[in-house]
Amino acid sequence: MAIEPQMSLIERLYLGEVVKGLIVTGRHFLRAIRGMIRGRAPNEDMWTLQYPLVKRRPIEPYRGAHRLNKDENGHIKCVACFMCQTVCPTQCITIEAEEEGPDYADKEKRPKSFDINMLRCIFCGFCVEACPEDAISMTTDYELANYTRSDHFYDKDRLLANYDRYKKGEI
Amino acid sequence: MNWWWVLIVVVKAVVVFTAVISAVPILVWFERRGAGWIQNRRGPNLIDVPGPFGMIAIGLSILKKSPPGRLELRRYRSAGLIQPIADAIKFALKEDIIPNRASRLYYIIAPMILITTALLVYAVIPLGPTEPPAGLEGVAIPPQIHGVPVSFIVAPLNIGVLYILAISGLGIYGIVLAGWASNSKYSLLGGLRAGAQLISYEIPMALAIVGVVLMSGTVDLSEVVAKQSGLFHHWYIVPQFIGFLVFTAAMFAETNRLPFDLPEGESEIVAGYHTEYGSMKFMLFYFAEYIAIVTSSMLLVTLYLGGWTFPGIGHVMRIVAVALTAFHFPAMLVSWGVSLAPLVVFAAKVTVIMAIFVWVRWTLPRFRYDQLMRLGWKVLLPLALINIMITAAWLVK
Repeated sequence: MAIEPQMSLIERLYLGEVVKGLIVTGRHFLRAIRGMIRGRAPNEDMWTLQYPLVKRRPIEPYRGAHRLNKDENGHIKCVACFMCQTVCPTQCITIEAEEEGPDYADKEKRPKSFDINMLRCIFCGFCVEACPEDAISMTTDYELANYTRSDHFYDKDRLLANYDRYKKGEI
Repeated sequence: MNWWWVLIVVVKAVVVFTAVISAVPILVWFERRGAGWIQNRRGPNLIDVPGPFGMIAIGLSILKKSPPGRLELRRYRSAGLIQPIADAIKFALKEDIIPNRASRLYYIIAPMILITTALLVYAVIPLGPTEPPAGLEGVAIPPQIHGVPVSFIVAPLNIGVLYILAISGLGIYGIVLAGWASNSKYSLLGGLRAGAQLISYEIPMALAIVGVVLMSGTVDLSEVVAKQSGLFHHWYIVPQFIGFLVFTAAMFAETNRLPFDLPEGESEIVAGYHTEYGSMKFMLFYFAEYIAIVTSSMLLVTLYLGGWTFPGIGHVMRIVAVALTAFHFPAMLVSWGVSLAPLVVFAAKVTVIMAIFVWVRWTLPRFRYDQLMRLGWKVLLPLALINIMITAAWLVK
């Protein structure tokens, strides 16, 4: 059922309401110009963020591209326990394990290869939760577009490089 | 026969045509950026103009038929002013498609009719004075070339008001033909809607103008403007305020602008009567829409806001005349210089009205179709008639 709004006579004349509306939009117009002159956008007068030039930093819990963490010696933290691969609902993680070298006697295994198919990943973060070694985390990197399909397959080097970028504060 | 007369008319027509056509990109730009600002956005601002080396790089890439690499050369910000030119280039380069079962002839001539009628109205709009105002009898206004006066009106027609009504009536043919010839249901419905809307609102528009004609006692637009010279209350917006409101509302409807943009509607009838049009033909429709805004603004200024007159403009013209004669300028340059003031005033007034057109568009929501018809026939038409009655009674009292 359509409910007709109750309007007073002055409102039904429409003219005053038009002027009211014009004043509202006019105020926004002037505010936007003020915001542009003031610069430092986005501000409350100019909400546009000029994206490719200025980038938004998501808050820390944002789930972007993964990174493989390193320990204090710069060695990969992952022990190739396959927890993340097991828990992954889309089965986009593929790990191949190998024996750890003699230098790192505290670990028995490490990943020979660690691949994530970003085309299948749904960024649920289960891998991060499942990891017993805090070896895999997510970054705030949201610019995941690529020109070729193969660029969407992240290998171990790329995931470790993501850690370096994270440390540098890039993502 | 004095051939200067013919040449002057042609040059005047070309100058006015060029001025109006070049006003359109600026209006389009202001519409987009204004929309942005009203919504606290930036609007289009990223079309940069390449510097000389960038131009060379782009030229070479066209010659080599390979896309230019990333140009890290000098670029100049244009604040988005180049955007309409980029759009025009895009339209010009697009394939011209005529639908398979469209009626070819009408399909092709429909946009032509629309833009021609939109442009024809400028012929009778007075842009400046036709005779020298009081105190300036010594100066030749309008300026003369070889004894032929260059009046600031392309065609000094003494039935300007009737001419405008007739021409704007013809413009409907373009829209209705476009809707019919496209052989598409959306186009047909859009054309039907536009036709009904334009014809409905032409009646209150014409009746509103009758009030002005009654007051000025003439249908010559130059005289209508001349009668409004003086202080602000001589402008017909004051004695003819009801007529002004009716005329403004009708003008918004005639230009198919919000809040009366019913001929278009993405969710109901796609793009209305120009759904099936592309490339340059669509650009003609687009141009005609914006030219109609310039036309309406000019008409509004001419009929209700005093045209080129402004309180104190006579003094300004006299000061300019005295100053120019004091510096021993030739008489011809003096008369041209003096005539500049009315032209500037007219352009400024039209610019303000066009800005208001944009402002209103981004403020008001659209009417429903039955509300549109109700407003036209049951509100504006009686209002215009009452206005005529009051004006006539006031004049014969």
